[in-house]
Amino acid sequence: MTCNEAEILLHALLDGELDAGHAHQVEAHVENCLRCAPQLRAYRELQQAMPVAQLHFTAPASLRQRIEKTLPASPRVSNRRSVLKGFVMGTALSTAMAAGLVIAVFRTDQDQRLLGEITSAHVRSLQANHLTDVQTSDQHTVKPWFNGKVDIAPPVVDLTAKGFTLLGGRLDYIDGQAVASIVYRRRTHVINLFVTQGGSSESHEARLQTMQGYNIRRWTAQGLQFFAVSDINGEELQEFVDKFEAAFQPASGT
Amino acid sequence: MLDRPQRQGLALPWKAGDDMMAANGGDAHQGKARRFRDAALPHLDDVYTLARYLLRDTADAEDAVQECYLRALRYFDTFRGTGIKPWLFAILRNVCRDEFARRSGVVHYIDQSFDGETDEDKDAVRPLWQEPQESPETEMLHQRDAETIRRLVAELPDPFREAIVLREINDLSYREIADVVGVPVGTVMSRLARARSMLRKAWTAEEGPPT
Repeated sequence: MTCNEAEILLHALLDGELDAGHAHQVEAHVENCLRCAPQLRAYRELQQAMPVAQLHFTAPASLRQRIEKTLPASPRVSNRRSVLKGFVMGTALSTAMAAGLVIAVFRTDQDQRLLGEITSAHVRSLQANHLTDVQTSDQHTVKPWFNGKVDIAPPVVDLTAKGFTLLGGRLDYIDGQAVASIVYRRRTHVINLFVTQGGSSESHEARLQTMQGYNIRRWTAQGLQFFAVSDINGEELQEFVDKFEAAFQPASGT
Repeated sequence: MLDRPQRQGLALPWKAGDDMMAANGGDAHQGKARRFRDAALPHLDDVYTLARYLLRDTADAEDAVQECYLRALRYFDTFRGTGIKPWLFAILRNVCRDEFARRSGVVHYIDQSFDGETDEDKDAVRPLWQEPQESPETEMLHQRDAETIRRLVAELPDPFREAIVLREINDLSYREIADVVGVPVGTVMSRLARARSMLRKAWTAEEGPPT
């Protein structure tokens, strides 16, 4: 590798954009190069000194209102109340239909509450310096660690080579239940993969939901329910799900 | 500073918004609007942040963000479920470019030739950026307050400011930046390298006591 190449690639290294092979090449060059080593140090220092959180702006409330106003009104918050009101008042809805709707709405609420708990668990794991109980990138250490702690054997696959670094595992409580969380990293982002017993043995494809700005992909496979939560964009989260599934499926037969 | 005194104001087609409201009576539109709201509104602060850095003016940024959301809703049907944040950014960038084109035929928002080379003829084999780089100052960077750094970033020339804001502040991957800006990934890399070099130089040259 020449210095000209390294000068550019060291930025990709700092940004976590290089695969392991190229990262190694750049590091090997920089280590022995009097010209490139101070540069890497200098730019790392610059990156760390950027007070990124404080460089964000918050949109003024008036702007948010202006934009909201251009969207057609959507009373999604009061859905349950309006359905119940309709039920009580005996309006056009038949009793059977209204009952069906109420159940559907309560289910949705239940879902929302579960997603809320999942999101909170994710946020807690980032706040409290308690991301992992067992910290290792070795999948054969993480998997047995869950034995006896949760009532399932969560699949742990190492996706480091595919761009998602396995950080370790953690025990969490969601909905009053012990839940396994497998922790991955993508660039500077943390992905919590929560695994619980699934309601059914059917497999459901992952769908994207958003809660408090976090992306959640939820799917069911082989009697287990999976929730992948992160602040990375939905597309990359789907990539994670695909790679996890691809690595998990062949192993599951054995 | 970021808020420049001269106010030209963005002449934006507000009418489009009114038409859209009128046309949005049906359930399908309601559903679309709700999906749009859930998908796009959480990114309002990010879009606004990018607008502030691109336009360097508070009122212009607000107008551009509003126009961006109007256009995004209009074209939401064509959005194919990949990252919505880069998609919104690309629309915002178009809004800014159109507005600058409208104001003057001379000043272009982002002059692609600024890099000193055309983007099309780049390939991964030849060095992406051959200009000899001065070594960055070896002295330590003093901590500066956020206001100072906002200004230093705002003073970078367009393509470099855009690259570093998308990477460091909006946290996009190189691929996403390349898609938003419409240049090859190699160009993104060389612009970032240049942007960091300029920013570090400006940072160390900044006078005043370190905080």
